[in-house]
Amino acid sequence: MTRKLLSGDEAVARGAWEAGCHVAAAYPGTPSTEILEALSTYKDVYCEWSTNEKVALEVALGASISGARALAAMKHVGMNVAADPLFSAAYIGAHGGLVIVTADDPGLHSSQNEQDNRYYGMMAKVPVLCPSDSQEAKDFTRRAFDISEEFDIPVILRLTTRTAHSSSVVELGERLPRPVKGYEKQITKNLVLPAFARARHADLERRLDRVRAWNEASDLNRIEKGSTQRGIICDGIAYQYAREVFPDASFLKLGMVWPFPRELVERFAVSVDELLVIEEVDPFIETQVHALGIKASGKDRLPRTDELSPRVLRNAVSGPAASVKPEPGLPNRPPALCPGCPHTGMFWALQKQKLVIGGDIGCYTLGALPPHNAMDTCIDMGASITFAHGCDKALGDTDPRRRIAVIGDSTFFHSGITGLINTVYNQSNVITIITDNRTTGMTGHQPHPGTGTTLMGKDTIAIDPAELARACGVKRILTVDPYQVKETRKQVREFLSEPGPAVIISRRPCALLIKLRDTPKQVDPDKCIGCKTCISLGCSALLFGDDKSHVNPTICVGCGMCADVCPKGAIA
Amino acid sequence: MNVLVCGVGGQGVLLFSDIISNLAMTAGLDVKKSEVHGMAQRGGSVTGHIRYAPKVFSPLIEEGTADLLVGFEMMEALRYIHFLGPNGRLVFDPHRIDPMPVSIGAVERPTDERLGGRLAARAPIRQAIPAFATALRLGSSRVQNTVMLGAVSCFLEFPAESFRQAIAGLVRPQAVELNLKAFAAGRELCSCA
Repeated sequence: MTRKLLSGDEAVARGAWEAGCHVAAAYPGTPSTEILEALSTYKDVYCEWSTNEKVALEVALGASISGARALAAMKHVGMNVAADPLFSAAYIGAHGGLVIVTADDPGLHSSQNEQDNRYYGMMAKVPVLCPSDSQEAKDFTRRAFDISEEFDIPVILRLTTRTAHSSSVVELGERLPRPVKGYEKQITKNLVLPAFARARHADLERRLDRVRAWNEASDLNRIEKGSTQRGIICDGIAYQYAREVFPDASFLKLGMVWPFPRELVERFAVSVDELLVIEEVDPFIETQVHALGIKASGKDRLPRTDELSPRVLRNAVSGPAASVKPEPGLPNRPPALCPGCPHTGMFWALQKQKLVIGGDIGCYTLGALPPHNAMDTCIDMGASITFAHGCDKALGDTDPRRRIAVIGDSTFFHSGITGLINTVYNQSNVITIITDNRTTGMTGHQPHPGTGTTLMGKDTIAIDPAELARACGVKRILTVDPYQVKETRKQVREFLSEPGPAVIISRRPCALLIKLRDTPKQVDPDKCIGCKTCISLGCSALLFGDDKSHVNPTICVGCGMCADVCPKGAIA
Repeated sequence: MNVLVCGVGGQGVLLFSDIISNLAMTAGLDVKKSEVHGMAQRGGSVTGHIRYAPKVFSPLIEEGTADLLVGFEMMEALRYIHFLGPNGRLVFDPHRIDPMPVSIGAVERPTDERLGGRLAARAPIRQAIPAFATALRLGSSRVQNTVMLGAVSCFLEFPAESFRQAIAGLVRPQAVELNLKAFAAGRELCSCA
């Protein structure tokens, strides 16, 4: 038996491959990105970065309706984008097994919220599996395909950051060869016209009841007998923390949390004196336990926010342990734009102007932090443009601040286009800045529709954002090179003096993508007057001390933006 | 065994964690490793939790229970010092990377003396390993992590040869020689060459 150390994401990919998955689609998003990255390294599975999560799920559903085993993967907030097809997919069912992976992010390591996607299972009426380590991530993925096909229903597999990005030992299996069953036209099932959908809803309730009955005796859930004094019900990563902290307790570990195995929970509850439900973020299981009239402790003691950890559990249940305090008074180390990051130049060009700037989701969201201070809002993918539009409609001429949207190239393709069309159609005075760094930067350089390559490494048509904007009806379009910082500022200022809707494309590849490594710049201390103009770029390779600027030569990539802005020509 | 590795995004903390975790697995142990990707990697504070034993549940190390705390940067070592167990060992690089609030002059820079003093007060068992400086001397700051690995290998139960094989298997072929040199230099710094 081959054993391998795999992350939860890699294990899901392995499980999908072993299960004979044929088609997989996703949009990159932490902590889910590595699922498709790993799956695309296996032969026999078609993998793609779709333009967004809704597209990805619809692609997977299309493959499923065609009799293929299909997987769609996304981060938790991506599920909101994909929610529309999710609900229809539940009605339609799964001709070929359909597995939807959501990677939730309790603790907001790299997200805008801590939403708990187990509720999507309840709301869309589909089963939800919650693995607790990489072995289960692989095994549950395989099982999810089987359950999906057996009960004709999509299945949600829910990871969290600590299952997705923790690695543990996995025993590998082989791929089950599984022919694509083929497409059969079946409009009463696959076409959710009200007359058909009414019947499909009733059928979905029956399908879900069958899964519930099956789940009562399923080996996805297990009881681990310990002391009868304390019984713990838990799922996912919470199980691992709880086993660590309460080695003597009895456990009911739920692998499928929805549909809820009521009788199993009732049986477990009567076998212990005191019941404790341990789960991250929301009281999903606990609410179900209470609905059965069972007395249990849970969120009355455990936090509803942030991720759990062994220490959090110990403190919440046993009272604060001997204090182990972090060292006080250390400066924070917030993430920052990388040396050579082209966003730096554009943010500098926007400084000291009267603007309201709608931000978006990507590396460039870091432009909100000092010294850039180049962002007023961040809402969700694509909301920069629509925020600016709403702001403009509300304020009109009553506020002189120009309404700006800053959105990355990948995010623009994801969900910025519809907002841009809206600014043209409904004519607002919004300038949309597309920070085109030729990649999906934050998640680790995935290609997108503007890059000319696909996830599987094929050359394809590179969609040009400028041409696209023109086709959307935008009349004024400016393309700038943010490394020419002063020139960019001059051009942007001129451009901003005219009415919108208009588009600026700030184009320069991500320095990490092209592995930029030019000769580090040097500051001539005799010429430097300590004006801090270069420091105001917010480049992490620049330091200020002894009234002079300094370059950190070990991280400087020689992009030259500091030399460009220096008023004394002191940097070369 | 609980090993917590901390540093700054881009220092090679993740590769370091990979090598130790794989050695533990090859030795037949249960291993869990946890790290965070995404926004945190953009020059932010980065940690890798590595736990190995016959059976491991939590992938996260509990505060006050690390057997070994490895700091690739002095301030980061102090940031996670509360994870160190009562008999735990700190191995840290006295190298400094100023975070943005310090480099733009918004926050005062803690002195080396202050950081060093606090580390000494909170970690009686410790080694300062000038891994970054050594890496520069060997020709590339990028092998700082392999120098640290060499130093740390002196305190782990796996044979040095297993480390060398793991390094040879994980880095680019043209970088193997330099990395093996860096590993040897790290061991020398801990006087276990």
